[in-house]
Amino acid sequence: MSHVKMKVNGRDVSASVEGRTLLSSYLRDLLGMTGTHVGCDTSQCGACVVLVNGQAIKSCTAFAADLDGAEVTTVEGMANPDGSLGRIQQAFQDYHGLQCGFCTPGMVMSTAALLAENPKPTEEEVRHYLEGNICRCTGYQNIVRAVMAASGQDAGALAAE
Amino acid sequence: MHNFEFVKPSTLADAVAALGDGEAQPLSGGQTLIPSMKARLNAPGLLVSLTGIAELKGVCREGDMLVIGAATTHATVAADAAADFPGLAALAGQIGDHAVRNRGTVGGSLANNNPSACYPAAALGTGATIVTNAREIAADDYFQGMFTTALEEGEIITSIRFPIPQKAAYAKFLQPAPRFALTVVVVAQYASGVRVAVTGASEGGVFRWAEAEAALSAKFDADAIAGLSHSSDGMISDLHGTPEYRAHLVRVMTQRAVRAAL
Repeated sequence: MSHVKMKVNGRDVSASVEGRTLLSSYLRDLLGMTGTHVGCDTSQCGACVVLVNGQAIKSCTAFAADLDGAEVTTVEGMANPDGSLGRIQQAFQDYHGLQCGFCTPGMVMSTAALLAENPKPTEEEVRHYLEGNICRCTGYQNIVRAVMAASGQDAGALAAE
Repeated sequence: MHNFEFVKPSTLADAVAALGDGEAQPLSGGQTLIPSMKARLNAPGLLVSLTGIAELKGVCREGDMLVIGAATTHATVAADAAADFPGLAALAGQIGDHAVRNRGTVGGSLANNNPSACYPAAALGTGATIVTNAREIAADDYFQGMFTTALEEGEIITSIRFPIPQKAAYAKFLQPAPRFALTVVVVAQYASGVRVAVTGASEGGVFRWAEAEAALSAKFDADAIAGLSHSSDGMISDLHGTPEYRAHLVRVMTQRAVRAAL
């Protein structure tokens, strides 16, 4: 066992981990932060995406011990300080960018990473960036609409329709 | 997955020493190793993380070489190689998805030598040099078949030296579910001639297509290989494609790569 410290959503946290403890398990099982979802656990679905030092990674495919000292942002960190929905979350609600909602934490975090590096993505860029985030309800049209709206762009018409 | 001890050295020397343990394996970005450990295909007693070693990271031009630290992520290569070697940057920017590219590394890909990975084609197609803690290995000697390389136990790739070509491009035929390549071709033109490397097609892993290299060295044009066909002997057969289909893809993707390079 080793002691791993991180800063999660601006809060200093620490927990004892085994070598095999994944970041997803560190967040969910040790810190009780269940906003991060584990879908496939095989690095294919993207539901578990979080930001580590500002970069989106799959939390099911990184060891907590390898990320000692990291700054992590999860979906719980995407709300406004008063607890209301943040800009990206609000856009997902406004444009019905979720159906069952299981993939949504990963979608929101990938969107946050995309808009941080490309504040006004084209629809094609949104679709390319989100190709590692799978929605088994297949609600992609509204997800892309939500991302366009979150970036302050027209979410009305999508080229692929 | 089975539990293991974990260490994260900050120097190459400490990593080499830690790997002296017979149960130890190196961990780079983990985008292949961690899923394989979950599936219990791999169960190291000790994992030695290479992600905390600053000297293994970064993209740097040295004359006509682009030198990339082995623990550099695909995302960093995509961004930092774009000015000096846009074909390599484009290849790195199409691996997996954005979250995988933020963790996966060039050294990890080359050490694993997955038959469908992109970097082996880049290394063999450019005649790169694989630099380890012990020696330098030419790409032509490095790849020794599917998941097999010239690396010895405990040997760590430290950097890869890519000769910058006059023109180069890659063409990838995507297998959309795992976002691995059904076939990838890298074509690179140098003063000394053209190199063509293919992954995803052969049961022997990455290979050079000598016939196409000769034709393209004589005339660097997609039409120069229009009449060539690659043998289907030894090509991978699975539910995604027959050997004949893959052999056909080799020529088609080589032509697309040449057109993209021009």
